[in-house]
This record gives sequence, structure tokens and C-alpha cells, in this order.
Amino acid sequence: MSNKKKKKLTPVQQQYHSFSKAREPQRPVLLNVIRAFLAGGTICLLGQFIQDFFLWNFNFTEKTAGDPTVAVLILLSVILTASGVYDHIAQWAGAGTAVPVTGFANSIASAAIEHRSEGFVLGVGASMFQLAGSVIVFGVFAAFVVVLIKTTLALLGGS
Amino acid sequence: MLHGHQTWVFPNKPSIVSTATVGGPFEAEGPLAEDFDLLHGDLWLGQDSYEKAEKKMLEEACEMAIQKAGLQKQDIQFFLSGDLMNQIISSSFAARTLAVPYLGLYGACSSSMESLTLGCLIVDSGSGNYVLCGTSSHNAAAEKQYRYPTEYGSQKPPTAQWTVTGAGVALLSSKGEGPRVTSATIGRVVDMGVTDPFNMGSAMAPAAVDTITAHFRDLRISPQDYDLIATGDLGRVGHRIAGDLLKKHGLEIPEDRFTDCGILIYSKDQPVVLAGGSGCGCSATVTYGHILNRVKKGELKKVLIVATGALLSPLSYQQKESIPCVAHAVSIEFNH
Repeated sequence: MSNKKKKKLTPVQQQYHSFSKAREPQRPVLLNVIRAFLAGGTICLLGQFIQDFFLWNFNFTEKTAGDPTVAVLILLSVILTASGVYDHIAQWAGAGTAVPVTGFANSIASAAIEHRSEGFVLGVGASMFQLAGSVIVFGVFAAFVVVLIKTTLALLGGS
Repeated sequence: MLHGHQTWVFPNKPSIVSTATVGGPFEAEGPLAEDFDLLHGDLWLGQDSYEKAEKKMLEEACEMAIQKAGLQKQDIQFFLSGDLMNQIISSSFAARTLAVPYLGLYGACSSSMESLTLGCLIVDSGSGNYVLCGTSSHNAAAEKQYRYPTEYGSQKPPTAQWTVTGAGVALLSSKGEGPRVTSATIGRVVDMGVTDPFNMGSAMAPAAVDTITAHFRDLRISPQDYDLIATGDLGRVGHRIAGDLLKKHGLEIPEDRFTDCGILIYSKDQPVVLAGGSGCGCSATVTYGHILNRVKKGELKKVLIVATGALLSPLSYQQKESIPCVAHAVSIEFNH
């Protein structure tokens, strides 16, 4: 907890925080980092194999092979989500499964499955991007800002 | 009858004439499986949503409790119930099926003892002969409402708890055989500024401690008067904190008499539950199943159940509010 937040607490609450913190199991950060490295690395390695598969067997270049590779990874992630396996892998892997494209696919697929009971329009359609929505919004916004900077630099450089 | 500041003593000692507990697949794998009346292998219970599955469990528990007492639905005068769903739909929809005069309650996971306490008040004052008190919770329905979609891959910290899929119901009567409720302490809302919903144990522990100390202060008794003091759903993390906090307040409860329903319901080889069980169904199923079975067998004479509830909502958490918590204690005894 940041110090800014702590300032709002009363002395009794602050005392309790340090009392309870001493009795709580901590997140095993180092272990989590190692697991995330292994899991994330494995997913990327798998992605590399898939990309090479497309490169060797089909008429793809290194640039164009990316699209079908991502599609295959997304498909795998959605299948694992739908069969109820992905969340168990994620509890072990942490950021390892959340950061790659598989995590993004999982967040959309899981929300879609979850809200199926409210129907296609109000459930699946409306809630599908409940978690992925902020990634898309801020992803698009970040891209916009980057383009703005790039264009400005280009114009300045050009003049 | 008011005793001290916040404790009711029931002179007529309402009896729990029957109880019924229903559990889900995870509870069936736990060490208390034998104490459930009905266990479901499927989280959906054949329904098309988790919310409907939760309602079905509560309906089944109500039906069984009435049946066990040899009564009919029409004999029940009041039904008091609460759950974790928005607008307590599980309770209200089960009440629709029961068609019994109904009061819906919300005290988060403390609803189990909240309903039992108020039920006792009705029976004790002669305002009703048969009162049904129940609660339910469903793991996936609670996850969906409070956290992320069930299949979403997020890593939970070791302090997180697992919402129990289950429903527990107790039927109270002024006459009849069964364990008797002698007193109850209504808790204050305590907020120690904990904001992490994955750390409910440490958020709720102070509320439990506040109610336990109030209970002993109001009745002028000591922990030695109880064979077992069980908190509702503090889990392993909160249980440890509560035990140490009690010691700090000069109220030491012997280790073998102090336990927590959230620890009892799952075994250690169910790592997915992390710090233990939580939810309305946790204290209700463990108390009405396991603990009362032990009481009836004569292994325990007098028990104190302290159901703890975290009164947060997903909205309050997102708005960075801390988690206010409450705990209600009910004293149950059985003289053979």
C-alpha cells in the first residue's frame, strides 16, 4: 500500500495494518516471476514454432506469417478457456499467461461465456469486452498519441 | 431480552428442530462431505445459469428442512433469508417458491447468523411458531458478480478465499426437540481500512473480535463456557489474525476450541481454495451440518457461532472504498 493511501487511515487503522501484514502470507513474488517467465516463454516459443510452420509449409513471408500465428494462438486460448482449463493454468503462470495474446483472448472468451445466460444482445454482446475494453480503448489512444508525435516530428524534420 | 449493550438472551430458548444443508462439487471433495444432506456433482444443478442454480439449492434446503421436521409448507409462518446476489435474488426467488411470509436480509456472509438471530427473536417473543432461516451462496455466481468471469485467467494471492457453493437452512420452533439457541450478540460495523477484496480474512477479523469480546462482556462469561467457538469465514489468514487480536485484548481462547468454518469445510489438499472458504453458504452449511451434528451427538454441549460478513460491493471497491465488516454471534446449546 502506498504512503499516500496510508495517510488517510487513522492511527488505529495503521496499527492494525502492520499487525495484520505480519500475519498474512505474502505473494511469492520471485516464484511468480520465474513461473511467469517460464509460462510466457513457452507460449512465445510455441508461437515461434507455429510461425515457422507457416513459413516452411505455406507461401508466407516473415512479416505476413504473424497474422495466422496469432490466429492459431487465439484459437488455442479460446479452446482452453471454453474447456475450463485456462484459469487453472493462469493461477500457476500469473502474468505468463496474461501478457501474451492468449491472455487477451481469454479475457474476451471468458466474459462471453460468463454472460451467455443473459442472452446474446444484453449478455454476450454487451459484456464481451468488459475486461478487454480498457485494453482496446487505451491501446487505440496510445497508438493515436504515438502517431501524433511521429507525424509532428516528420513535419518538423521536413520543413 | 437485552443483556448488556448488544446481546439478546432468549428466555424461552427457541429450538432448532431441523436443519438441511446442500453443497456443490467442491464441498463434496472436502472433509465435511458426510455432514451434508445433499451434494451436487454439477455446479449448474441442471439449470441454465449459476444464479438459478443457487436459488435451486436454497429451495432444496428449505424443502428438506421442512420435510425433516415432519411439517408442511403451510406450517411455516415466516421465512428469513439472505444471500450475496444483487438484490438478494436467490432468497427472494426461493421465497416465491415457498410462498411463505418472507423477510429478505442482507449481511453478506453474516446473513446466516443474522437470519437465525432474528428468527429466534420472532419465536422467543411468541410472534411465530415455526420460522425458517436460511442462506445460500454459489461460487461461480459470486465470482461473476464480485470479481472476474469464472474462466478468466487471473492469479489470486494466497490470502484470497473460495466462495462456498451451498445452502443451509434451520427451522426454529418454540417447542420441540433439538439444539436450543440461548443468546445472540449483534455486531457493530467495523472498518479497519482494508481495501483488498482478495484479503477478506484480515478485513473481517476485527469485526469478529469486536463481537466476540462484546458477547463475553455483555453476558459476563468466559471462553471456558463454550466447547467450541467458530467464526464464519475468516479463513486461515483471518483466523490467525483474530486469534492474536483476541490475545492482545486479553481474551485468550484455547486453540482447540477456536476454529473457523472456512478452514473446516475444505481440506489442505484442495489448493484452489487458497486461504479457505467464504460466503453465506460457508458458515450456514458448516454450522447447520457439521457443528450441529457434533452437538447432537453430544461431542459438544455449547457452541458459539460468529458469522462474519464483508459489506462491500464491486462498485464500492472500484471507487476505492475500504471494506466495512460485521459479525453476529449466536450461542447454541444442547442438553441431552
